[in-house]
Amino acid sequence: MEFAELIKTPRVDGVVLHRPFMPTVEGTLCLTGHHLILSSRQDNTEELWLLHANIDSIEKRFVGSLGTIIVKCKDLRVIQLDIPGMEECLNIANSIEALSTLDSVSLMYPFFYRPLFEVIEDGWQLFVAEESFKDLESMTDEWRLSEVNKDFRVCPSYPSFLTVPKDIDDESLCKAASFRHGGRFPVLSYYHKKNGMVMMRAAQPLIGTNGRRCKEDEKLINATLCAGKRGYIIDTRTIAVAQQAKARGGGFEQEANYPQWRRIHKAIERSNVLQDSLIKLVEACNDQSHSMDRWLSKLEASNWQSNVKEILTTACLAAQCIDREGASVLVHGTEGTDSTLQVTSLAQIILDPTCRTIRGFEALIEREWLQAGHPFQQRCAQSAYSNGKPRSEAPVFLLFLDCVWQILRQFPCSFQFNENLLIMLFEHAYASQFGTFLGNCVAERVKLQLSQKTVSLWSWVNRPQELQRFLNPLYEPNNLVIWPSVAPQSLLLWEGVFLRWNRSTKCLDEACQEMVHIIEYNKELQNKVNSLRRQLAQLETEDGPLQTP
Amino acid sequence: MEHIRTPKVENVHMIDRLTPRKSTVGTLYLSSTHTIFVENSEARKETWVLHSLVYNVERLPTNPSGSPLLIRCKNFHVYRLLIPQEKDCLDVLASLTRLSRPECYGELFCFSFNPNLDKELREKAWGFIDLKAEFSRMGIPSNLWHVTAANHEYRLCETYPSELFVPKSAFPAVIVGSAKFRSRGRLPVLSYFHRDTSASICRSSQPLSGFSARSTDDEQMLHAIMKSNPVSELMYVVDTRPKLNAMANRATGKGYENEDHYTNIKLQFVGIENIHVMRSSQQKLVDVGELPAPSMSDFLWGLENSGWLKHIKAVLDAGVFIAKAVAEDGVSVLVHCSDGWDRTAQACSLASVLLDPYYRTIKGLMVLIEKDWVSFGHKFSHRYAHLDGDPKEVSPVMDQFLECVWQLMQQFPCAFEFNERFLIQLHTHIYSCQYGNFIGNCQKERRDLRLQERTHSLWPHLWENRAEYTNPLYRTDHSQTQGVLKPLTTAYCFKFWKGMYGHADKSVASHQSPADCLNAVREESQQLEEELIAHQEVPRETDAGQETCPTEGEENFRGEEEDQQAV
Repeated sequence: MEFAELIKTPRVDGVVLHRPFMPTVEGTLCLTGHHLILSSRQDNTEELWLLHANIDSIEKRFVGSLGTIIVKCKDLRVIQLDIPGMEECLNIANSIEALSTLDSVSLMYPFFYRPLFEVIEDGWQLFVAEESFKDLESMTDEWRLSEVNKDFRVCPSYPSFLTVPKDIDDESLCKAASFRHGGRFPVLSYYHKKNGMVMMRAAQPLIGTNGRRCKEDEKLINATLCAGKRGYIIDTRTIAVAQQAKARGGGFEQEANYPQWRRIHKAIERSNVLQDSLIKLVEACNDQSHSMDRWLSKLEASNWQSNVKEILTTACLAAQCIDREGASVLVHGTEGTDSTLQVTSLAQIILDPTCRTIRGFEALIEREWLQAGHPFQQRCAQSAYSNGKPRSEAPVFLLFLDCVWQILRQFPCSFQFNENLLIMLFEHAYASQFGTFLGNCVAERVKLQLSQKTVSLWSWVNRPQELQRFLNPLYEPNNLVIWPSVAPQSLLLWEGVFLRWNRSTKCLDEACQEMVHIIEYNKELQNKVNSLRRQLAQLETEDGPLQTP
Repeated sequence: MEHIRTPKVENVHMIDRLTPRKSTVGTLYLSSTHTIFVENSEARKETWVLHSLVYNVERLPTNPSGSPLLIRCKNFHVYRLLIPQEKDCLDVLASLTRLSRPECYGELFCFSFNPNLDKELREKAWGFIDLKAEFSRMGIPSNLWHVTAANHEYRLCETYPSELFVPKSAFPAVIVGSAKFRSRGRLPVLSYFHRDTSASICRSSQPLSGFSARSTDDEQMLHAIMKSNPVSELMYVVDTRPKLNAMANRATGKGYENEDHYTNIKLQFVGIENIHVMRSSQQKLVDVGELPAPSMSDFLWGLENSGWLKHIKAVLDAGVFIAKAVAEDGVSVLVHCSDGWDRTAQACSLASVLLDPYYRTIKGLMVLIEKDWVSFGHKFSHRYAHLDGDPKEVSPVMDQFLECVWQLMQQFPCAFEFNERFLIQLHTHIYSCQYGNFIGNCQKERRDLRLQERTHSLWPHLWENRAEYTNPLYRTDHSQTQGVLKPLTTAYCFKFWKGMYGHADKSVASHQSPADCLNAVREESQQLEEELIAHQEVPRETDAGQETCPTEGEENFRGEEEDQQAV
């Protein structure tokens, strides 16, 4: 298919662009296969380059022959284009609509994007399962890297390499896989160096109404327990929801069959509920005429903050079982691709200081989200302005990022990265020139040949020039477990995302610069003093003791 | 000491509600001024609670492990004690109840508080804030404004300061006549003069206009104020009350200015609710903080239901309106409410903070409080229940002002020299009665109590410790420190003030404070600078000429691990 077929009017002059907190720009609007571009063709005005993939929905309005298109983006920005000429406006609107909802992944921009920078470190090669397994091997010899899923047959949504208990052979893994939803048998998610406890994740067991059991599954997870120790199974669903799942062949681990495990049910919402929550929240944030009462009641009704609290609470619980109780943990919900990953990845941020560095956080996202088979393509197909019938969109990843932001805000000195990195990840998960978030699982990515045909987001982020923007000046590495507060008053609305287009951040940005300034100045002084001290020491050895005033 | 029945109780538990495992055992002591809890642990950590900061003491039903006692403080701290013997608990309850409700000024802590300052230093301390100097900083007196002796010996208005600034063109008879036409004699006088536009903020109480009364003196007074701003032909009268309340006052012979009787005035109501509404609103807010394990919905619903942030927004909106009129329109404003000592003080002082960078400094905020609150007769002792008295007089007026400043700090992180701790410290001392500054209800009362001879002043104490209260992001040459602040007052800009209301349980502490880290860094920078300078006296080294980095700060820690978690 040619993009040209979808673009009847590629160019319109005299278009006026209205953006929040920026002066209006008049200029020429151009449509290309992947971008909506507006340029005033004057030197000092910024051009607008908008990926069609970033467009969530549009609205058209006409007053006489002047048409207006309101473009609502997946990054929550809303812009307005005034287009002279009814026909032009309709053509543009139709093209945008068609181009922003292309079904075929291989037509997406990442397949056409050629970086203007030299790729020094290929992000596709950065996080290799064998490498991280080596780290694990240096700490324990209880685990092995299984290739049972090499061709993605045992579990289509798992990667080829999986870390499993050493004593469990591939045949048992296959049997356990047949007992778990989508073949997602229990695998290692995290090894807690401090006490050797582990966190595993899986999908729900398929016990159904007649209480099926699977010896291999039981053996598999028992293999992770030390002699005489008990473990915890954290089911991210309420007991009621988990019960209902039995009718559809799913369910939860029966006490009788898993006597060494204690099951705890939490209440993380399902994806369709989360999508609804996002839509309501953004609606509330975008209406500046709200009185205080209305704003607070809309914020409450959106339930977004409740979702944040529930997810964080569950992650804290998992971390607590591991670090405080000294017990191993198995986490699952239904499919094991959404709430499960929220919990396992957040628990690691709490427990493992490495995950609070930039590289470590990238690795975490690679491991616990991309490799673990979170269906990004489906979940991020639409954002808060989706007005069509919801399919499988849900802000599961955004909620994870929000939770990370909450911890970051409570521990501003413990993260190597800052809020900008989180916001950037949110943007790129929904629309990007990079291939990283395309597809729903490793198998799909391999099929799409993403690593050959597209550029990895990490190739770009890790360039020193870009990295600068994501560094937290207050960072001081420490090896402690950090326990975030989950009290309602400690959890704030993530303004950086949800109010980003509704208020100017000038003063807050200045504050950040000031922070950087203070710390840079301190470093500069330290360098000077150190070099002086060295010189002085040298002088003293050369000239004998020196009289200091 | 006669009120203390049991001066010492052993084996008392201090309960941490959220994390019971952090509860401690110790000994409770009652002194004439403090309740002191000393932990039995190695560290023998002490917790001191000033009696005058106690809001109430509640005894919960005795259970097998003892008698629980709840001490709620006016700074929203809550202490949960478990006393083994019921009798001891009853004794402590009775003593504390009496001690926390002094019946006369003489019982207040400030009269016994003795920080070992000699007489001369104490007197000097009281001169730390000089309001005359403050007016002269504004350029007053000038050819248009001067000081009047009309209130000498408080004969015109008991609750005003003796020195008042009025337009030069207002004759003594007009001043007296205007005072007679204003509730409690609180005539329109100058609060703030804005040099850049020569517009002013004046304040008064409501006029005694009823349905038809008028006073030519009062009309001339307002005219004189308007004329004192040579560039404007207009003046705003901001009535900070909801219009309905103002109208209701007409039935009692009070009310608001009739626009037909005054030349070129424009009346504006800004709708701040009265002290009773605010009192109950704050109580609801505090109750939200005391909910055991609230869900997010409980919290947000409680926050909305309290109406607190709505009121904070109303107060800030009033300040923004006045500041805009003065700075952008160049129009003078007369602000009043009913008596002109609560909402008027809030609106005038907030407008001043927005208009004048000086009031955003540590010293400046002290001056502002001394001027708009202390000298103009804000009823501190009534509003903050210094003495056991009419509970209907109590209201968190100053709390709201401080919170508005805090809300501004959230929007303008580099604009204020002081930090949140400074505001919280001020709040505590407004209630604590440790210093004499906020005792009594007006200047005359303070003079009659001879506070300057008998008590100490808070201001120099805060000033000496200013390093602790400094915002590391503040720089005098930063763009945010210049000019007028124009905050956004959309509902979503207002936040729950966790630092003030979030510590019903002591464990809900903030984990790491960027400000503290930065202050530590700045202090280190200062030491490095000193070292550099010292080294540079050794001839060989050059590379001098650092930019100056004002460094005040306190060594701080970055404790992590082990913090509260509500799982």
